[in-house]
Amino acid sequence: MWTFFHKLGSPPWLYAIAGAILRWLVPITLVALVGGMVWGLLLTSPDFRQGNSYRIIYIHVPAAVVALAGYYVMAIAGAISLIWRMKMADVVMKAAAPVGAALTFIALLTGAIWGKPTWGTWWVWDARITSMLILLFLYLGVVALYEAFDNKEAAGKACAVLSLVGMVNIPIIYKSVDWWYSLHQPASIKFSGESTIDPSMLYPLLLMIAAFYALFTCCLLMNMRAELLQRESRTQWVKKIAGKEGRR
Amino acid sequence: MHPVRKQRLYLVLFVALFSSVAVGLVSYALRGNINLFYPPADVASGKAPTGQPLRVGGMVEKGSVQRADDSLEVSFMLTDYQASVPVVYIGILPDLFGEEQGAVASGVLDSEGVLQATEILAKHDENYMPPEVAYALENSGYDKKGKTK
Amino acid sequence: MYFDSFQALLTMNGHGIYVWPAYLITIVVIIAVLVAPVRRRNRLLEQLAAELRRTESAAVSGVRGQQ
Repeated sequence: MWTFFHKLGSPPWLYAIAGAILRWLVPITLVALVGGMVWGLLLTSPDFRQGNSYRIIYIHVPAAVVALAGYYVMAIAGAISLIWRMKMADVVMKAAAPVGAALTFIALLTGAIWGKPTWGTWWVWDARITSMLILLFLYLGVVALYEAFDNKEAAGKACAVLSLVGMVNIPIIYKSVDWWYSLHQPASIKFSGESTIDPSMLYPLLLMIAAFYALFTCCLLMNMRAELLQRESRTQWVKKIAGKEGRR
Repeated sequence: MHPVRKQRLYLVLFVALFSSVAVGLVSYALRGNINLFYPPADVASGKAPTGQPLRVGGMVEKGSVQRADDSLEVSFMLTDYQASVPVVYIGILPDLFGEEQGAVASGVLDSEGVLQATEILAKHDENYMPPEVAYALENSGYDKKGKTK
Repeated sequence: MYFDSFQALLTMNGHGIYVWPAYLITIVVIIAVLVAPVRRRNRLLEQLAAELRRTESAAVSGVRGQQ
C-alpha cells in the first residue's frame, strides 16, 4: 500500500504509467465521443416538446457534470499539496484547471445556444447560469494566478487556496435550481428515484457523460505528463526521453 | 499525523469553512434578489414592487391565452395555482410558449395589477421523452410524471 | 436513423442552426484541449534534445581542445 503511494510521488514512474493508460484510454474516449454524438444526433427520437433542439443535451449536460466533478479533483489536489506538500498533487491541480475551464466554457456556450430556441433568450442572470459563470472565472483564475507568480511554489499555494475557497460554489451550482426560482429546469437524471428522461434518451446521455469523464482523464494525464517533463527537465530520466523522442 | 501537517489540515478546513459561511451569509442577505422571478402568489400578496421592472413566473392558465386579430398583442394569466397575474404582451412568443406550460414574463406591474410585459421566456420542465411516448402516456390517462390526472 | 434524408438531418426542422454550431464548437474545443498538451510536450522534448546535442558537441570539442 505505502509503496504505491511512494511510487505515485516518483515522476518517472508516474510519467510512464500515465503514458501506458493514455495508450488505450485515448482511443476508447474518441470512440465513445463519436459514438455518443452519432447516437444522440442521428438515432434518438426528438423530444415531444422541444423537438430537435434538445439534442444539445448530449454535450451540454456531460460538459457541465464533468466540469463540476473536475473542480473537486482540482480543489482536493490543492488541499493535499497544501497539507502534505506533495508535489504530484500540485501537478494534478495545475493540469486540471485548463481542462475544467474548457468544459465549463462548452457547458455555458451550448446552454446559451440551446436557450435561444427553447426559452427565447441566449442569456438570463438566473442562479444556475450565474454560478456556472463564476465557475468559469474560478478555473481561469487558477490558470492565470499560476502564471502570475515567478515562484512556482508560492503560485501553487495561492492556487490551492483559491480553488478551496471556490469549492463552496459547487454545491450552490448543484442546488441553485432547487433553492431559488430560476429559468433553468431541475436535473433530469436523479441519483435516487426515477429519472425524468425516457430510457431511449437516457442511455446515449449516460454514454456521453462517461465519454466526457474519460476525456477529462485523458487531458488531465496528458497535461500532467507535459508538466512533469518541464519540472524535471534537469534530471537524467527526462534527458533520456528527450534524446529518444526529441529529434525532429 | 505530524503536528505541522495537522496544523495545515486545520488551516485548510478553516479556509473551506470560512468561505462557505461567508458565501452563505451573502446569499442569505441577497435571497430575494437571487430569485429570477416572483411567483404570482407574491404579486397577489403585495410582496412584488409595482411601477418598476420585475419578472413574474408561473404556469400559463388553461384557456386564458387571447391573441388580438390585428396585432401581435397577447394576453394570458400566469398562475401558481394559489393566485393569478394577468399579463399583456406585444411581440413574438418563444416556440415553447403554450397553455399549461411554464413561462417567465418580465415587465412592469401597472396600477390595476396587470403585468405589461416587454419579454416572455418559456420555462420548460425536466421531462424528456419521444413524441410517441408522450402520446401513449396522454392516451393512457397518466401525465408525464406517471401519476393519474 | 431518425431522419429521412440528409437534408432533414441538416435542417432538423429549423433547429439545425442551433444544434450543429453547438456540436461544431464543442468538437473544436475538445480537439484543442487534446492537442495542446501534445504540442507542449513535443516542443519541450525538442528543446531539451537540442540542448543535449549542444552540450554533447561542446563536451567533444572541449576534449579535443585539451589534447
